[in-house]
Amino acid sequence: MNRIKQTFTALQANHKKALIPFITAGDPDPELTVELMHCLVDAGSDIIELGVPFSDPMADGPTIQRSSERALKHHVTLNNVLDMVTQFRRKNEHTPVVLMGYANPVEAMGHAVFAEKARKASVDGVLTVDYPPEECEQWVDCLEQQGVDAIFLLSPTTKPERIKQVAKLAKGYIYYVSLKGVTGASHLDLHDVKSMLGKLRQSIFIPIGVGFGIRDEVTARAVAELADAVVIGSRIIEEIENSSRDEILNKVKLLVRSMRQAIDEKLITT
Amino acid sequence: MNVYDLPDKRGHFGPYGGVFVAETLISALDVLREQYEYYRNDAAFQEEFAYELKHYVGRPSPIYHAKRWSEQLGGAQILLKREDLNHTGAHKVNNTIGQALLARRMGKTRVIAETGAGQHGVASATVAARYGMQCVVYMGAEDVRRQATNVYRMKLLGAEVIPVESGSRTLKDALNEAMRDWVTHVEDTFYIIGTVAGPHPYPMMVRDFQTVIGKEARIQMLEEYGRQPDALIACVGGGSNAIGLFYPYIDDDAVKMIGVEAAGRGLETGQHAATLTKGRPGVLHGNRTYLIQDDSGQIIETHSISAGLDYPGVGPEHAWLKDIHRAEYVGITDDEALEAFHALCRYEGIMPALESSHALAYAAKYAPTLAKDKLLLVNLSGRGDKDMATVAQLSGITF
Repeated sequence: MNRIKQTFTALQANHKKALIPFITAGDPDPELTVELMHCLVDAGSDIIELGVPFSDPMADGPTIQRSSERALKHHVTLNNVLDMVTQFRRKNEHTPVVLMGYANPVEAMGHAVFAEKARKASVDGVLTVDYPPEECEQWVDCLEQQGVDAIFLLSPTTKPERIKQVAKLAKGYIYYVSLKGVTGASHLDLHDVKSMLGKLRQSIFIPIGVGFGIRDEVTARAVAELADAVVIGSRIIEEIENSSRDEILNKVKLLVRSMRQAIDEKLITT
Repeated sequence: MNVYDLPDKRGHFGPYGGVFVAETLISALDVLREQYEYYRNDAAFQEEFAYELKHYVGRPSPIYHAKRWSEQLGGAQILLKREDLNHTGAHKVNNTIGQALLARRMGKTRVIAETGAGQHGVASATVAARYGMQCVVYMGAEDVRRQATNVYRMKLLGAEVIPVESGSRTLKDALNEAMRDWVTHVEDTFYIIGTVAGPHPYPMMVRDFQTVIGKEARIQMLEEYGRQPDALIACVGGGSNAIGLFYPYIDDDAVKMIGVEAAGRGLETGQHAATLTKGRPGVLHGNRTYLIQDDSGQIIETHSISAGLDYPGVGPEHAWLKDIHRAEYVGITDDEALEAFHALCRYEGIMPALESSHALAYAAKYAPTLAKDKLLLVNLSGRGDKDMATVAQLSGITF
């Protein structure tokens, strides 16, 4: 059983939901990333989504885009990101790490080369936001051969036939984008999320995480009631952006810990 | 004879093109594709498009024999397809009219566009005014500064111009920002892409609207010269004016097709925008194509004297035409383009856009190697009034 599956199985046994934070590798600088990853785990994260910086992050809002730009100022490459995961694994063998990024850096490296390197670095899953299922059969094969999960996005506008198509390819968990727009937007509608998750569960039999637009404990708590996992990205990046370098670890730890508490609290009271 | 019939159903030109976007955009693109496929074959739509091109744009644009310049060069005859005489001064408006008509039929009340130098922004603002739609134009903050006149022009036409501060603050970042706007406001908004790039159906749709250039040329050449030209020459940034001229000639193997990219300060300097000559295939802005990128797959800033060619990608159909050797792609430097700009001013009394000057510069190199009875058809894609400040500055003149 791989780490992602193990993690969800253990959480389900304890009636808990997964907390999945997102940070961009190399933001604010490459030296801090591995420490930040450990800090996220200490604060109660179950899975880490590690962003691979890209010059043209079309699906992201300004916050994550700025984090990508900060990382690229330090010339962080896909190889560097893989090294960071290797380093993280020296002290942590159980927390799944999912790389999230855009197609071009993996195409530049080559699908097969990347997939092998990802396995060697103990990467558990990869989400390539601009590879819809129609365009990435070869890519999914490469990942599968190396035992790395291909994670996919679904959105409020995804049609039923496509949900089935994605269900066939997707491994690990599904990342449901809870609103129309880019990352960091702030108008998540819980009723919509609830009704869509109901539809998704008719064809999707792996865990479903919800992200985009989860900015506070109240929303995190409400989403945890509906989904298997809560993904928090822009809100954490903002914390990194607005803190001096010395404060970052502490500030992020406090934020993630309060999200963790919020998520767990609701489940006890319902 | 081969019959060229690309793209396929999912927008592929060989390995290029396709739909490489996040899931959030898929359904909007599906709707656009379905609607466009319907109106593409709808007689009433095509009639209205043709009417607008004739009465609003002033088509057909003539083919003009640049006799004095040809004589001076001493080789093949250079013919100019005069897209510079279109309303708004370039080929861009052919496409914005087509997309605006489609937007109207789809019930959209707001159009958005990206722009580099501002030509596509002006063409979009123009048609938005013409059809009474709200218009927002995204423009890199760096370009807003460099192209103040065009920014004012768009505002006069009623558009809102939003400077984009992210990334390299140029065209590619404006495109990213327009995509973000579209994904957030997809119910009432139509995104008018300015070139044959982006996810399917854009490269096909923009090409279709621009093929009026090549279709007219085929008729005019027969009428006026009794035959088709020996070669077509057009500048390639994203490549919409080039594909518009080339497309109706693709199956006509006797006609050579030459795309001219911006070699900037020289292909070896790294400061250029010669994507097909110096780039490698990759994925950007929703399609697979040649890209100017570094070893780790990050997109690199490009350079050209002409803002309209200053783009790190290129239309996927050009990538395919290059790979199958149907079209040839060459580079022209800033200096060579400037020389051609001045030559056309002095020999023909026509001030070409700096983009089009790249095509002219290649014609000036190529013509002397050919016999005098050969015909080169150059797409004069735009007029140069917009470039006067740039040219003056380079000549050390201040007003």
